[in-house]
Amino acid sequence: MTRVTERIPEGRFTDGEWHRMHPLTPLLKGGIALVAILGYFVYQARDILIDQFFGVEHGEEPLVWLVESDFLLIAIAVIIGGLLLFIGGFYLSWRMHTFRITDEVVEVRSGILFRTNRRGRLDRIQGINITRPFLARLVGTAKLEVNVAGNDANVQLEYLGSAAADELRREVLRLASGTRVETTEHVVDASGSIIEQRVNELLAPELDAEALAAESVVKMHLGRLVGSLLLSTTTLVLIGFVIAGIIVVSLTGELFYLGGAIPAIIGMGSFYVSRFTRSLRYSIAGTPDGIRVGFGLLSTSNETLPPGRIHSVLVSQPLLWRPFGWWEIKINRASTSSAKGAAGQANTTILPVGHIHDVMQVLALVLPDMTGEDDVQLLHRGLVSPGGEDGFVNSSKRAAPIRWFSWRRNGYALTPNSVLLRKGRIWRELIIVPTARIQSVSLEDGPILRRLSLGALRVHTVAGPVSASLGAIDRPAAIAFLEVVSKAAVTSSTNDTSHRWRSGEALA
Amino acid sequence: MTEPLEIAGIDWRRVSPKYVVVDVIGYIIFAVIVLAPAAFVAWLINQTWAWAAVIALGVIFLLTIVLTPRRVRSIGYQLREDDLLFRRGIMFQRIVAVPFGRMQLVDINRGPIARALGLSELKFVTAAAASGVTIPGLAEQDAEELRDTLVALAESRRAGL
Repeated sequence: MTRVTERIPEGRFTDGEWHRMHPLTPLLKGGIALVAILGYFVYQARDILIDQFFGVEHGEEPLVWLVESDFLLIAIAVIIGGLLLFIGGFYLSWRMHTFRITDEVVEVRSGILFRTNRRGRLDRIQGINITRPFLARLVGTAKLEVNVAGNDANVQLEYLGSAAADELRREVLRLASGTRVETTEHVVDASGSIIEQRVNELLAPELDAEALAAESVVKMHLGRLVGSLLLSTTTLVLIGFVIAGIIVVSLTGELFYLGGAIPAIIGMGSFYVSRFTRSLRYSIAGTPDGIRVGFGLLSTSNETLPPGRIHSVLVSQPLLWRPFGWWEIKINRASTSSAKGAAGQANTTILPVGHIHDVMQVLALVLPDMTGEDDVQLLHRGLVSPGGEDGFVNSSKRAAPIRWFSWRRNGYALTPNSVLLRKGRIWRELIIVPTARIQSVSLEDGPILRRLSLGALRVHTVAGPVSASLGAIDRPAAIAFLEVVSKAAVTSSTNDTSHRWRSGEALA
Repeated sequence: MTEPLEIAGIDWRRVSPKYVVVDVIGYIIFAVIVLAPAAFVAWLINQTWAWAAVIALGVIFLLTIVLTPRRVRSIGYQLREDDLLFRRGIMFQRIVAVPFGRMQLVDINRGPIARALGLSELKFVTAAAASGVTIPGLAEQDAEELRDTLVALAESRRAGL
């Protein structure tokens, strides 16, 4: 067995040695249950004491019965024994849970009886997520998750010291990026008493050296967030239910049916509240090692997506958001994080709601190749242009029978590094796929499309909420698309170095 | 009516005509499994509409089976310099281009009927589930050669995700 470094020398985790998690880990992982059990007994004991003092009979409390019976000592022994076993188990699992980070891999060993050993390659990292559940935040710890492509393929480091987690992420990203430049960023100033530190961190959890360096490009306004929630599809469904309920009640005259609505209303309420609190402190910023997206009011999560990990991007506008000019951005990525994004959606929504200005800012971060003046113009036209001669290859009039409103707008555009698919007149959508991330391209045809001399095309990427397809395109244009894009996909994936995104940097 | 989709300058490699047999037998078995219970139910309730439904189903199966040779002829593939092209379908046609470097793995499958006729099915898997490139009806020898070629090509043009 390899030697485990007991004390962490100056927070250097990336020396290739084995390290342990934060000492409070067992408490955070299993401690909640423990506290609840203890709390119950304390509460009961208090009742008994009060009863003893005032001589009030309290009836059939289980603890009262225990005190009066002969089993008291045995019961106490069993409880204490159980607790000791519990604590011992968690302590052991903490002892056995070690991790190390070398130049090539991040590796975790855990388990008492069933040992697991998980290794993730650094150049396959799809994202690093730091989450701080509320309780863990109170004691200044965080959970770090390294996402690797694939289902359930994440390496979790649970829990680490808060500052240590931030530093570890920086170091892992530096190693993964392939740069040989040492980081010069200073670590957070850790002066003051422990309590002071805790309070400071709790009040301003994002105020660390990194977050200060990278200012969020989007500000989430309270009014916009509330409005976007109120005007979501969920609300439409809710209103539909309410109307249906009113009709049923007024027809039957029985208020009884309203009872069925209560669980639905509670469900909706919790949906709104969680989505609201999650999105409230949304932030997105660009760092040299990728995009940093932060969420959460009480429990925070903060994720870094290195460059080239975004497989496709969808900018869409639900109908009800249109009067306000709000948009939403979703992405496809190769990994699934166990932490949720804004409100229970998988964390593929990287902009919950924003004006077109915010959208352009986020797109500039997400698609670093598309920041030239022309490209930005093209993206902008992709979002709002009603169609016509605007740099997109659009459907012709022949598509009108199957694209009633959107045929003028339904089209694609190609830049050297990306494919843009634009569709929808009423529900406006723009899909952008970096050519280096295209897995394959297909051309489809059906009886109606053939009669109209049209074709449908589809760009395949890893699975996710974005499906990059475009229907009702002129045949020659569709065939040209297949030819050009399949070639572009080959060229750009050969030239792509984003798995070691900073390998070009010279030695400082 | 426009011509079917075609990409200029591609000389499609076709799959073995023997694959028609595999497909036809497969459809016949499927038809029996579906039609026998349906006919039994129709006989039990003895209603005109039930028999009409059974007959309609039968006609659909018959058409599918009759069209099988054409459908098999429509399957084609070709290796270009950097990617694999694959096409299939008559009414609903589909052409896919997959860069070799995107290959995650290649499968070779053999069903019982195909094996009796010495045929294999080759599946080219990428990180996108939607790619769906499955070339049926290859002679066993060809399938293995194609697999080795594809693996070698993918190795020389390897790309990340």
